[in-house]
Amino acid sequence: MNNLRLARAPLIAILVALLMTTIVLATTDAEAISAFTVMFSGALTSPSRVADMVMLAAPLLLCAAGLSISFAAGQYNLGIEGQMTVGGVISMAVLRQYADGGNVAVYWIIALLAGALAGAAWAGVVALLKQYTRVSEIFVGLGLNFVALGFSLYMVFGPWKRPGVASMSGTEPLPDSLWLPVIGTTRVTLITPLVAVIVLALFWFLLRATQWGLEVRASGLSQPASRRLGVPAVRRMIQAMLVCGAAAGLAGALQVLGVYHALVPNLASGIGFMGLLVALLINADIRFVAPLVLLFAVLTAGSIQLPLSLSIDSSISGVFQGFLVLAMIVARAFISIKERA
Amino acid sequence: MDQLVLDLAALIAMSTPLLLATLGVLIGERAGVINLSVDGSMLLAGMVGFAVAFTTQNVVFGFVAAAVVGALVAAVVGYLGISLGLSQTAVGFVLALLCTDLSSFLGNPYVQQSGPAVVAWPIPVLADIPILGTILFHHDPLIYAGLLLVPAVAWYIERSRPGLILRGVGERPEALYARGIDVVRVRYTAVIIGGALIGLAGAAYTLDLKQGWTYRHTAGTGWIALAIVIFGAWKAYRITFGCYLYAALQTIASRMQVNDWNVPTQVLQVAPFVVMIVVLAVVNSLSTPAVQTWIVTIPAPMQRLFAYITSPAPASLGKPFDPAG
Repeated sequence: MNNLRLARAPLIAILVALLMTTIVLATTDAEAISAFTVMFSGALTSPSRVADMVMLAAPLLLCAAGLSISFAAGQYNLGIEGQMTVGGVISMAVLRQYADGGNVAVYWIIALLAGALAGAAWAGVVALLKQYTRVSEIFVGLGLNFVALGFSLYMVFGPWKRPGVASMSGTEPLPDSLWLPVIGTTRVTLITPLVAVIVLALFWFLLRATQWGLEVRASGLSQPASRRLGVPAVRRMIQAMLVCGAAAGLAGALQVLGVYHALVPNLASGIGFMGLLVALLINADIRFVAPLVLLFAVLTAGSIQLPLSLSIDSSISGVFQGFLVLAMIVARAFISIKERA
Repeated sequence: MDQLVLDLAALIAMSTPLLLATLGVLIGERAGVINLSVDGSMLLAGMVGFAVAFTTQNVVFGFVAAAVVGALVAAVVGYLGISLGLSQTAVGFVLALLCTDLSSFLGNPYVQQSGPAVVAWPIPVLADIPILGTILFHHDPLIYAGLLLVPAVAWYIERSRPGLILRGVGERPEALYARGIDVVRVRYTAVIIGGALIGLAGAAYTLDLKQGWTYRHTAGTGWIALAIVIFGAWKAYRITFGCYLYAALQTIASRMQVNDWNVPTQVLQVAPFVVMIVVLAVVNSLSTPAVQTWIVTIPAPMQRLFAYITSPAPASLGKPFDPAG
């Protein structure tokens, strides 16, 4: 009985999202059932499609895991896209130092660490300005997203310009030996999902099994109150933002190493924002990060086939995800209002 | 010189969507409601506005439809944020992404179609004034409307009686409630009117400045509008200055590209954001207790100047109002 009550909000949200998406689909000639079939299972129909889904899920997992820490500290880290972008740019700067015969693994590790540090630094600016000058983290985060994009564009079209023509397709690709090794003939690099899962486990442990995690959550509930209880709330808030930025930066570095093998201008491509959607859907509860990230990755990767198979636009997966999150937030609110009454 | 005049005229024209959107955001926020959905709202409204104008071959219907769409999205923000008391930030963010994807999906048939657009209308006599005529009076009705809206909104918020109530609802809703003002109704009205302006801003792109519909037509203008309202400290004229400053730096960036200067375009294009963040950080530092104790020791006119610079956010911004609490 108790389980049924817990499942109420998600069930209502799923039904509402399916209904609303069906209505939107009715504006096209495509049948709703076939569209949903492609969306929900299209990513699972062949090994190469599963591979693409996994390579989308990994950075999304890193972002959503990081965001469950920054949300625990009460911060809306809308700057996550920029943190991911900067992580990619800085990891590229490391990888460009590689010369033939160098130790590849060392470059990978330094590139990933540098990416994480850069993402953390980018988030640190947001946290410090929020704490010490009271500028909203949403404003600084959004502003720095544009700045990061400009930085990345500048590198692609300026110092790291492709010989001949600079283009939106990015810099000259890295030497093959630096590419993360793939499994079989797919595009999955084992290291990418592995790093993502390890980071999720680490964050889970930090947030729910350590004093540090408890203090982060306390600082998120009320900074003045937790300070009176002896919690270094300011430091915990800043640290939580740094940790989230590091996860995003790491995701950016992994995109460079495992997916693009170059710096492309729009490296984050909405993955950070999708992570925010996931975090809002699950109320930033880290226990639900993995399954929901998987769902979002399946939907997004599956819908890429929609233009070819049903001649409808792939953005319908975003429509479904948006309705799902909105309906979930509303359903939770209604249930809590009813329970209070 | 001629080039400068043309640039200034273009600046006035291209700032119009940003101006409409920031004024829309301003009205809502002065009543205490954050509508974070701006970028998605603009896209969806712009798309629907174009589709309606395309189907009816009538630009006016397009603008009306766009205003309605913007108002509807704002009403959703209002219902969830004001009536249900949900986080306005969360709701607005989700709506921003949802409306963006809705615009991409529903707008698919209209991509790259050519439809009706606002017709240029140089104002007789005034347009013949040298220099000033070219800069100000060689535009179309929408751009004139945008220019006139700035003093209108500034007067409404700062000088009129309904504006006084609007500000009160954003600052101290409980005080106004005690005087018999329907706080919830004022907030709904403000956010919905603001939403309609945001919708018009979207249509300003599809029916005027960028004529036609493509994916993600606004290129992030909605997010920029939200930033400029904060930068402009919730004051209509400062926000307008912010809009023109932003547009001016963009224009300079594209000019430098042509002239092959050494400053890279991308750096100039993001410069407004750096400037805004730094200015805001400095301005906000002025309102810290340490600086405030120093400020009371300086001459009164200087104090007023500082007070003007450091004007804070509406005190109840984003907070739901509960008459029982």
